[in-house]
Amino acid sequence: MYLYVKARRGSPAPTYRSPWLLYPLFEDDLFGHDIVMDTWDSYFRPSSREEALFLIDRYGTRARIIAGGTDLILDLRSADAERPQAVVDITALPGVDRIVEEGDKIVIGAGATHGTIAVDPLVRRHGTSLSEASSVVGGPQVRNVATIGGNLAHALPAADGTTGLLVLETEVLVLGGDGGANGTWRPLHTLFAGAGTNTLDHNQFIGAIRFPKSGDNHGSAFDRIMRPQGVALPMLAAAAAISWDKASGTVDATAIAVGPAGPVPVRAVEAETFLSGKEPSETNLRETIRLVQDNSTFRTSAFRATREYRYEMVPVLLTRVIGRALARAGYGGFPRLGTEEDGDAED
Amino acid sequence: MPRIEMTVNGVRYAREVPSHRSLADFLRRDLGLTGTKVACGEAECGACTVIVNGRSVDSCVYPVLKASGADVQTIEGVAGSYQDAQSSDELHPLQEAFAEYGATQCGFCTPGFVMQAKSLLDENANPNDGEIATALKDTLCRCTGYASIVGAVKAAAVKMRTGVLPPPELPHVVDPLAAVGRPLVRPDAVAKVTGSAIFADDLAFEGMLFGATLRSAHAHAKVLSIQTDAATAVPGVVTVLTHRDVPGNERHGLVEHDWPVFAGGVNPARYFGDPIALVVAESLETARNAIDLIDVKYDVLPAVTDPVEARKEYSPVLHPDRPTGNLLKHIAVRHGDVDDGFAKADVVVEQTYRTPRTEHAFMEPECSVAVPAGYDADHATLTIYVGSQIPYSDRSQVADSLAMAETDVRIRGTVMGGGFGGKEDIAAQIHAALAARATSRPVKILYDREESLRFHPKRHATQIRIKTGATREGRIVAVEAELYGDSGAYASLGEKVMTRATTHATGPYAVENAKIDCYAMYTNNAPCGAFRGFGVTQSAFAVESTMDLLAEKLGVDPVELRMKNAMRVGTVTATGQLLRESVGLVECLQKVTDDIRVWHEENAPNADSFWESHRVGGKRLGWGIAAGYKNTGLGGGAPDRAEAEVEVFADGRAAVRTSSAEMGQNLIGVLAACVAEELGLPFADVEVLVMDTDLTPDGGPTTASRQTFVSGNAARYAARDIAGRVREAVATRAGGDASCIVLRDGSVARGSDVLMSFAEAVTLLEEAGEPTRVRHVYEAPKTQPLGTGGDMHFAFSFAVHAALVSVDVETGEVAVEKVVAAHDVGRAVNPLSLTGQLEGGIVMGLGNALTEHYIEHDGIPWTRRLGQYKMPNITMMPEITNHIVEHPVTEGPYGAKGVGEISSIPISPAIASGVFNAVGVRCLALPLDQDALLLAMRAGSSVLESRWGDR
Repeated sequence: MYLYVKARRGSPAPTYRSPWLLYPLFEDDLFGHDIVMDTWDSYFRPSSREEALFLIDRYGTRARIIAGGTDLILDLRSADAERPQAVVDITALPGVDRIVEEGDKIVIGAGATHGTIAVDPLVRRHGTSLSEASSVVGGPQVRNVATIGGNLAHALPAADGTTGLLVLETEVLVLGGDGGANGTWRPLHTLFAGAGTNTLDHNQFIGAIRFPKSGDNHGSAFDRIMRPQGVALPMLAAAAAISWDKASGTVDATAIAVGPAGPVPVRAVEAETFLSGKEPSETNLRETIRLVQDNSTFRTSAFRATREYRYEMVPVLLTRVIGRALARAGYGGFPRLGTEEDGDAED
Repeated sequence: MPRIEMTVNGVRYAREVPSHRSLADFLRRDLGLTGTKVACGEAECGACTVIVNGRSVDSCVYPVLKASGADVQTIEGVAGSYQDAQSSDELHPLQEAFAEYGATQCGFCTPGFVMQAKSLLDENANPNDGEIATALKDTLCRCTGYASIVGAVKAAAVKMRTGVLPPPELPHVVDPLAAVGRPLVRPDAVAKVTGSAIFADDLAFEGMLFGATLRSAHAHAKVLSIQTDAATAVPGVVTVLTHRDVPGNERHGLVEHDWPVFAGGVNPARYFGDPIALVVAESLETARNAIDLIDVKYDVLPAVTDPVEARKEYSPVLHPDRPTGNLLKHIAVRHGDVDDGFAKADVVVEQTYRTPRTEHAFMEPECSVAVPAGYDADHATLTIYVGSQIPYSDRSQVADSLAMAETDVRIRGTVMGGGFGGKEDIAAQIHAALAARATSRPVKILYDREESLRFHPKRHATQIRIKTGATREGRIVAVEAELYGDSGAYASLGEKVMTRATTHATGPYAVENAKIDCYAMYTNNAPCGAFRGFGVTQSAFAVESTMDLLAEKLGVDPVELRMKNAMRVGTVTATGQLLRESVGLVECLQKVTDDIRVWHEENAPNADSFWESHRVGGKRLGWGIAAGYKNTGLGGGAPDRAEAEVEVFADGRAAVRTSSAEMGQNLIGVLAACVAEELGLPFADVEVLVMDTDLTPDGGPTTASRQTFVSGNAARYAARDIAGRVREAVATRAGGDASCIVLRDGSVARGSDVLMSFAEAVTLLEEAGEPTRVRHVYEAPKTQPLGTGGDMHFAFSFAVHAALVSVDVETGEVAVEKVVAAHDVGRAVNPLSLTGQLEGGIVMGLGNALTEHYIEHDGIPWTRRLGQYKMPNITMMPEITNHIVEHPVTEGPYGAKGVGEISSIPISPAIASGVFNAVGVRCLALPLDQDALLLAMRAGSSVLESRWGDR
């Protein structure tokens, strides 16, 4: 599990820049020579939101919020990282790892780990796409530590947790700033400023996320394509959430996310609009896929995936996630897309 | 400093710690619990896994202050937790199973595996293969290939449920002797599964300093000036060393002395890993931070990073003092007359292949600890603790650069966390020795993973063109080949490696006419040297892929083609060597083909051939097959000798000593078995000491699959000498002929009469004034240099691998489902560790085909982290069936020959062949890229030239 996200200061080495690179901030990155070991001066583990907000206010830009830290610590250890004076660990805040029902919503504390989320029955029932995403983040040791809050704050365009949450009408509780210790709820997509950059002010942090409970006619799913070589992020990831109107036999509402398809995580709005209100026929699925392919900006990222491959993976992933989401919404008759090989006899 | 309280293994600790301390460093440095290992420092490999409040975590990226008040369990507490609760065993069932199943080899990953497996068994008392793979996905092992680990975890679960540990299943071998041929648990297994084995970084001495190395910022640059004042002025920095501080030879090297101890002065930096300066400080943090303050002025020189370009006249020259420019060595094989051969050929195929520069990724990064002469009672001479494959070579290179007598330097081997050829060259040994002498204090230099990747020699990247001609009947009549090997900035063992690639470039086949030219080139890439397979891994990919091309063009079965041309007793190799014995290739081919037949009978009875594509769900499956061979020993006319010492004691025990390296392969178990066999002692009564230049005689380099053969023989003959003396002494006392006396089961007997115990016999020896300590220098059979004909090597091992490969037709994802392998090893000295070597080598070769590539561009590595260099993890492990073929070598110990490398050789081409048979795309370059493969499949092309890592 290693990703750099911070731009380096004055790198002494000649930087290699491939013309193929789209997001050099996190892909062409590797010129910090030496591991820095004394990564910060002070480590705080506040036991209340007020205390945490006081600390990040006091240290200002010299403070960093840490949750699981599985990405942040590696980032801070690289020689060119901005060295914080204080690190504020939010994982001891009361309720920060909770997963609860509140009214018609599921609320997950920012400090809930992927390991906990992946097996939580509430998330499995109401946020299956997140559950499936969390279950494939890193390996078990990382999932036992890495949090959903850290995953979102990292703001990568194809992070598993982010993609899984994008289709769930997720809101993020931002603490600090004008919202104070109670915080304000914001739509998830407003969190992302660019590859590896979020829109939070230095005196803010994520306290929780929430998404609506899923009715019996609603289902979601997440999937991704990885390569076995030295790249930590998926070649392409996708999620879908679908409400199924049994009476009319049509899709009621659709949410689709495919990434990376740009510097920030995005939803496939044209495709969503098209499929909503339609029958889930093979023709309509093909059109949905075409709309995603036509309206997404796939780029080649060196050593990770070519533009062409990503384009080719759209039907593969969408067939999987839309099919599973529909089945979970109560419709099992979703067509499988035919391929050229379907005529072959099975051996 | 903040104060922290924590319960570790049931003991309450309170300490003041720096706020940035990781949990791993706290355990290792503050509490001295060094069983927890750090192998990557980036939560990638799981070696540092400990359990915090019931959940496993990577302690290397876990801030210790996060664990404030926590209950932590480490490898040191695992057995205790089980004892209290359930049993009086000294080991936890997982520890016992890891030992009994050979699931610990080098042992560096073992504590992490035991902890992660424990966290699995805590929640799931009966996990299946899939659940084990999910739990251990990010816990990496480079030695075992994971099969024995899965077996051990399941066996431990059985023991925890039933109280009985089921034994491992091993391949069939010939009947064992008393010790040889038996699956004896390796002598260091308990130390490794309990975390008590001491690796170099586990050592600490009073007053120890720490070194950190500044390395070149450029692939090729003249060093104009080095300003160290600012670094020296940092509180805690003791000294900063540069090229000006090397009193002796400024350059070291295994073959050529071309590698500067520090770049600077007359030596430019020739690659991105060249050392410029060493900071020595009171703490590791201080040393590493201070190197940023060293100001180096460079004159950047043009770099050459392509071996073919490097041979052109206009190319920048790395070593102007060499008469041959960038050409390290032109290696030529001439055999028969190729023009004549091609004239007889009915078909000719020709193709060019590329193999990647790959990284050993041994789990233990390099570490040297030097203690100055006279520092304390234990250190009369300058002593360097290091895990090295060639201790005596380290000694001479350190002495040479420090202008000291060799006998004033002592190399003491520590437990070594893997080598695979990557720990033959000098790493920090000279730097640590210089620093210890300069400061009169012990100095530790530990490379983190990033520095290890950046610095040490890799497997040669190659480009290989092969043209092969055959008659209509399928007899190969001519091979012409041209190889380029990228040897990088320094010679290392490049010439030897590429010689092996060249001499093995006709494959394990009888070829009458061959003309092979190889150019081993200097470039400004990372140096390349020894790596398991030693050049043959590379040429085998080209040779075996070409055999498939030839079979296709001739319309014959690929097994039939190989069978027809296979080396047999009586074959003359392309270097003019008559093979007189121990050529088990045909039997290997038969055994593997039989298994493929059985698979087809069960899974595809209607298939027309074994090489058809099978559609299963969304995947296409295909079998691929490849053969290979690999020399045992140095060969080529190099004197190949090893010395061992055997001593017997009046308490009935024995000791065997040699400097040969134990790096996980279980040489110590082989040596102990040889001595136990000859002296008729229980295996456990033989103690082994290796890798100490003061206490162990020179076993030579641990390379070229040679140590079982040469050191095994040295130990065997030394023990046999003592056994002879024992028989004489006992015969003298008891009467009768010495030749009727046998040593068995710890006693001395004549027929069924036990005359006395071995202990009493040793006392008898002592009384008779006979030596109880004997050294033997074993000289392997003489070999001939390339080009002179005759025996270039004294033995060859053979192997055939078949791989069942699946390709996902929608995504291009490639997986190896099954591997069937047969290896002719001469004699299985220890079937347990032999199987571990075979499984580990196969999975390492799978990485070579599918995942591994150390990527550099213009001499600057893209691969900087373990996360960017993925070795196979447990989820990629295929089901492996191993057949052991034993065609003994007369001269080998009990018939044995080398096995260390052969298991990594045929697997890559077998996988590529399986991909072709599955989806009809022939991959000409490794590692395979699913992206390019899918696009090639969609485009309907039958050849794929690009690979993962191409620009």
